[in-house]
Amino acid sequence: MPNVRKLASRGGLYTLLGLFVFFSAFPFYWMVIATFKSDHDLFSPLNNPFLFNEPATLDHLKLLLFDTHYLTYLWNTLAVGLVVVVITLAVAVPAAYALARWARGWGEMLGIGIFLTYLVPPTILFIPLSRFTSFLGLQESLWSLILVYPTFTIPFCTWLLMGFFKTIPKDIEEQAMIDGLSRFGAMWKVVLPLSISGVLTVVVFAFTLSMHEFIYALTFISVSVKKTVSIGVPEELVRGDVFQWGPLMAGALIASLPVAVVYTYFLDRFVAGFTMGAVK
Amino acid sequence: MGCVEIRGISKLFGNTRAVDHVDLATNEGEFLVLLGPSGCGKTTLLRMIAGIEEPTEGEMAIDGRVVTNLPPRMRNIAMVFQSYALYPHMTVYKNIAFPLHSRGMGKEAVRKKVEWAAAMFKIGRLLDRKPRELSGGERQRVALARAMVREPSVFLLDEPLSNLDALLRTSAREELRQFQRRVGVTTIYVTHDQVEAMGLGDRIVVMSQGKIRQIGTPMEIYLWPADTFVATFVGSPPMNLLDQGETLLGFRPETFLPADAVEGSEGVVTYPFEVTYLEYLGAERLVYGNVGEKSHARHVVSRLPGSLTLPLEAGKSYPFAVALRDLRRFDKKSGLHRKEGGPS
Amino acid sequence: MSGQPISNRPAYGAGEGFRDRESALAKLMIAPAILYIVAMIGVPFVLAILYSLSDATTGDPYIRIVGLRNFAAAFADPVFRLSLWNTVFFTLVSQCFVVLLSRLLATALLKKFRWKGLVRFLIMLPWTAPISLGTIGWLWMFDSIFSPIDWVLRYVGLLGTPGALLGAGTNLYYLGIPGLAISSVILVDIWRILPLATVIQLAGLSSIPKDLLEAAEVDGATPWHRTLKITIPLTLPITSIAFLFGVVFTFTDLVVVYVLTRGGPVNTTQVLSTWTFFRGIEGGNLAEGAAISLFMFPVLAAVAILILRTARRTEVV
Repeated sequence: MPNVRKLASRGGLYTLLGLFVFFSAFPFYWMVIATFKSDHDLFSPLNNPFLFNEPATLDHLKLLLFDTHYLTYLWNTLAVGLVVVVITLAVAVPAAYALARWARGWGEMLGIGIFLTYLVPPTILFIPLSRFTSFLGLQESLWSLILVYPTFTIPFCTWLLMGFFKTIPKDIEEQAMIDGLSRFGAMWKVVLPLSISGVLTVVVFAFTLSMHEFIYALTFISVSVKKTVSIGVPEELVRGDVFQWGPLMAGALIASLPVAVVYTYFLDRFVAGFTMGAVK
Repeated sequence: MGCVEIRGISKLFGNTRAVDHVDLATNEGEFLVLLGPSGCGKTTLLRMIAGIEEPTEGEMAIDGRVVTNLPPRMRNIAMVFQSYALYPHMTVYKNIAFPLHSRGMGKEAVRKKVEWAAAMFKIGRLLDRKPRELSGGERQRVALARAMVREPSVFLLDEPLSNLDALLRTSAREELRQFQRRVGVTTIYVTHDQVEAMGLGDRIVVMSQGKIRQIGTPMEIYLWPADTFVATFVGSPPMNLLDQGETLLGFRPETFLPADAVEGSEGVVTYPFEVTYLEYLGAERLVYGNVGEKSHARHVVSRLPGSLTLPLEAGKSYPFAVALRDLRRFDKKSGLHRKEGGPS
Repeated sequence: MSGQPISNRPAYGAGEGFRDRESALAKLMIAPAILYIVAMIGVPFVLAILYSLSDATTGDPYIRIVGLRNFAAAFADPVFRLSLWNTVFFTLVSQCFVVLLSRLLATALLKKFRWKGLVRFLIMLPWTAPISLGTIGWLWMFDSIFSPIDWVLRYVGLLGTPGALLGAGTNLYYLGIPGLAISSVILVDIWRILPLATVIQLAGLSSIPKDLLEAAEVDGATPWHRTLKITIPLTLPITSIAFLFGVVFTFTDLVVVYVLTRGGPVNTTQVLSTWTFFRGIEGGNLAEGAAISLFMFPVLAAVAILILRTARRTEVV
């Protein structure tokens, strides 16, 4: 009977999805639980970990926000992220536009070349770059991160924007030039307003990529108050050999969720960058 | 006003000559059509006139002023693209006003001009809409209004009717022609559709492979094609060409009629015509068949007006004829027309 | 009108062609990006090579070329060899799983169902949340006393009682026993890359024109046949790209290993990235660290070339 088959396949689909959702999301589920679970409940191995066996508590949050440098970490991360976004936009937008519009042939090659530098791993570069930053006197400073983070935001975002600018028909710019604007004027008055969503995508990715970054932050900064959330949480919320699990989870959770929400929203554009035109 | 002069213009893309040493001069106020198959260089030529493509060789002047290296905004030309290139984020009003704003005109003056242009194309009621809300025909009018609002000396159009559906195309064609006559601005129009070209053009420039094959009025091009390319490109079905050793003998299908119907005071050539296939098209009949001996049989087409009701059957042979004055001769090697009689 | 040669007429505001100015403008616009990349990626890369051939340390950071001894020393070091092996092993195993699982998941995500937005959000979390923070969640999962996984295993009797399938101990030391630690790292590697690979594959699957599949259906092809003959060949480029990117990110990963095990227990989960960090940065031996890190380069270059080739060949559909 078709209905039973349909039901079974439906059931199969939901089971499959359920399993994957469970696999992906349950560490975060635990983060939520651990944030609010009292220490006693948390650290009794016999207690059911899935439930609140004792009343929930805000103590961990209080500790996190008031007894640690967490808020400073958030602030550092935000500051670095914003400056990196500005730098990325300032460099990637003109480059992407020039590559998309001019230079038939070599523009494409150069664009791909720029993108491929995204694949050069930080672990090859961090030794020379650490010497570099201490040479500039930027060690232990957030400016070292601001200087270095564009090494991954610029290649990726330039490539992303290139693809984006290509979708704006040349006709419109040529029409604007015939209608009386210079090439620069056409770019400013016609192309940029149409590229808002592309620019927004770059802002989101430059920010989230900065926020995620771990290796350079770990290497360049060891002073606690200068840390970003990405290294601050794993490194600092350990007193002695003991993990402060409650506040640790709270810290991880608070920093993860907003970023994840925004990133998910823009994920399709991200993929477009990776698939490199392999998918129309 | 509105004179475009082109001397020796060429455009190379890598090793390909898209436009090959073109010389051209427009007459004031004329509707000039650049006609040719895709890839013949007509659009490239137009883009060079507009200034969005740079010539590799040659020079160009508009109204006596050398413009070869000038950017588009300094040439006082207007252009309508095949896609209309309307600014999607602006209203129709802003679209039309755009060329004026970039010249720094005052708000009141702009408004007057926009309303004038909109009235010319009867789109006054659309001024607040955005391009995505308009139909194809409406978008085309907005593009035209935007082009006219500056009162340019030359008006360039790149296949503006090809995006419209067939019915709309004929009425748009008529309106465009009437509008151009009224305003009197020199217009250069690119198309691959020879019917459109014949209907619109004061003069037609037939191009192929980057070169100009012939410039002339529709009648000149049709009746006295300069070479076999023009002869076969213009006219549907194309001119019949018969192999005669070193020359090709050409005659248009409508001149190839049953021998009795051909009036030839200057002389007539008769051929036995073996019919293979007939098409009844209402206003006319197209008769396909062969002339000549079995071994040298050549395929020709005859176009019979509806008024000629002579019954014809496939498989049978009939005496058909062409008047001598309707015959054209072309050199077989070069394809060029050989003048033997007829106006030069 | 037309008669006089054009060039005799005075030009108006010509100067050098505006084209020249435009191409200068183009170069100006691209320059900052190129300069930055050369200065901050190109130069450091060359420096890394120079460091690897030197004897620099943080105490004495000057580059004096001493030849290939760092590379020789690396090969002689069993921990290095192990980290090289681990890097390759972790990457291949995890990414093979990822390719298959992401394909499965992408196929499921093509279907219509309720709460799709929420499901997508949850599935994407491992990639969209900061890596180090997501991995911290796993630290708890793998904890040697409080692991919820162990709790469940004890609850269903697979653990904790004499004769239980997984042993009589109360906990499995996921991060403490070499075999388990390796599996745990691989698991988290899979967990992290799965969302990215899924979204890429999803994009590939949704780009197959419906007509092709419908035509095949009309021709009588079974669903399996259609998958084999149409879907898989057409999505091969995208699947390859998903695989290659997954390889790059896992091959060069430092975060997962660092946060979970710091490379332990007893260096059994070291990978090239972490070993570089421990020897080069924490240990202060810049030369050795640089040498170790450069071993990643050949593989990455090969992957980059493959990505390029695949992207070029994709104008099929």
